[in-house]
Amino acid sequence: MRRVYFDHSATTPVHPAVAEEMYRYVNKTFGNPSSVHFFGREARKAVEEAREKVARAIGSRPEEIIFTSGGTESDLMAIKGVAYANRNKGNHIITSSVEHHAVLDNCKALEKEGFAVTVLPVDADGMVSPDSVAAAITDKTILITIMHANNEVGTIQPIGEIGRLARERGILFHTDAVQSFGKIPVNVDELLVDFVSISGHKIYAPKGIGALYIRRGVRWLPISLGGGQERKRRPGTENVPGIAALGKAAEIAMETMAAEAARLTLLRDRMIKEVMENYSNVRLNGHPTKRLPNHVNFAFEFIEGESLLLSLDLQGVAASSGSACTSGSLEPSHVLLAMGIPPEIAHGSLRITLGKDNNEEDVSYFLDVLPAIIERLRAMSPLYHKVSDDCETCVKTWCR
Amino acid sequence: MYSDKVMEHFTNPRNVGEITDPSGVGEVGNSVCGDIMKIFLKVEDNIIKDIKFKTFGCGAAIATSSMVTEMAKGKTLDEAEQISNKAVAEMLDGLPPQKMHCSNLAADALKKAIEDYKNKQAV
Ligand SMILES: Cc1ncc(COP(=O)(O)O)c(C=O)c1O
Ligand code: FES
Repeated sequence: MRRVYFDHSATTPVHPAVAEEMYRYVNKTFGNPSSVHFFGREARKAVEEAREKVARAIGSRPEEIIFTSGGTESDLMAIKGVAYANRNKGNHIITSSVEHHAVLDNCKALEKEGFAVTVLPVDADGMVSPDSVAAAITDKTILITIMHANNEVGTIQPIGEIGRLARERGILFHTDAVQSFGKIPVNVDELLVDFVSISGHKIYAPKGIGALYIRRGVRWLPISLGGGQERKRRPGTENVPGIAALGKAAEIAMETMAAEAARLTLLRDRMIKEVMENYSNVRLNGHPTKRLPNHVNFAFEFIEGESLLLSLDLQGVAASSGSACTSGSLEPSHVLLAMGIPPEIAHGSLRITLGKDNNEEDVSYFLDVLPAIIERLRAMSPLYHKVSDDCETCVKTWCR
Repeated sequence: MYSDKVMEHFTNPRNVGEITDPSGVGEVGNSVCGDIMKIFLKVEDNIIKDIKFKTFGCGAAIATSSMVTEMAKGKTLDEAEQISNKAVAEMLDGLPPQKMHCSNLAADALKKAIEDYKNKQAV
């Protein structure tokens, strides 16, 4: 059976060149970067080269990058590190309702410790308005944390504009760029950000490696304590193979980004156009144009997302519904609900995220297998025939 | 995560559809969690002669709907009322723990349909 992987926002395959680089540090160059001998020096060199590559990719200085275990840890360190370091200045944090749980849950945890958190709403496209950020700022605001691109719907936030507001008011600004990094430009001086989270496994490096950009001179405290690694900002013997892999993946992403974004945008827009034209009661979730080049999210009304995923999987197509992290719960995605999408429609969401190995044939294959699946599931749905202008619920939800 | 039996019923669900002029109909579910299930009965001489379902829900919801219709078909109303959620799940070789409430739904929908039939008879 043909297998099509359309779930690159969940994770990506490791790029062969990245795997090769990584293998070198798993196998031959095994030293501890803190050791003075040859073995250690070789490993140290690998770590610092990778740091330079990541720094170059986001327009920062190498010493502003620390390596972490991934996006989740980077988010934690940025948010808690700023909160604890700036307690005497204020206790207010601004975030948005569409953030990844790695951000939201840390903000919630801080609320229990006496911090006040404003969770900004988004519009129907999942966009945070800079005006709402400006309106939420108080004398006590110490941190704004808004993601660059959303993992579930692909919407790209106006980070530069929010960054300008934060800078004017002297408030530290963190962005979770886990989904955007490597796909669209992420430049710390253009976006005017002080902290940026990135993760390896979304850019063809392995899972369990990430990085955090910390602008030089900002008030921030390390969360984990121990050895002197990463200049005491993230102690623990470095994950040398992972770090080398992340550096290589960042380097490749920078070389290929422009061409790849253009290529994937064409595939994305073809898929959107054909689905929107050929099906009734389907909508595109997320911003129509300010969205990641590889990201599509549809809501097929009258159908539940998991049935759709199972049916696609039986045809070899791997996609997701909401985020992989949300699929364990029975609640519809908090992102779609925050965008004002009714729960029953949110349940029918289908996220397709394209990647480097996808091509025209993959899109055609998907478009070929989809009609029978949609038809079968709708025929089974008790909601399908109910649609009527006389029905109040219908008018409010299904048909609008 | 699903048993082969669940996947088999999901892929080839039994008794999908509606019955025109049904003896009883039962609908359960709530769209927030993502399951709505409707069961249609044709009852003759206290026996379920025909049964059909329509379901909006996950793989487990569709498989349990299919299974409960298969279990109920040909049974007397008293027998059918005894079908438990647990029995449906067991017939499907089990369900993932977080999906157990889908199987509740299947038996509940059947019970509601039988109740609906009995109410109609009482009139
Ligand atoms: C926006 C966003 N932030 C953070 C994470 C977590 O990253 P990691 O899996 O590397 O911890 C993810 C991954 O799902 C994500 O999409
Ligand atoms: S859709 Fe509610 S758990 Fe099955």
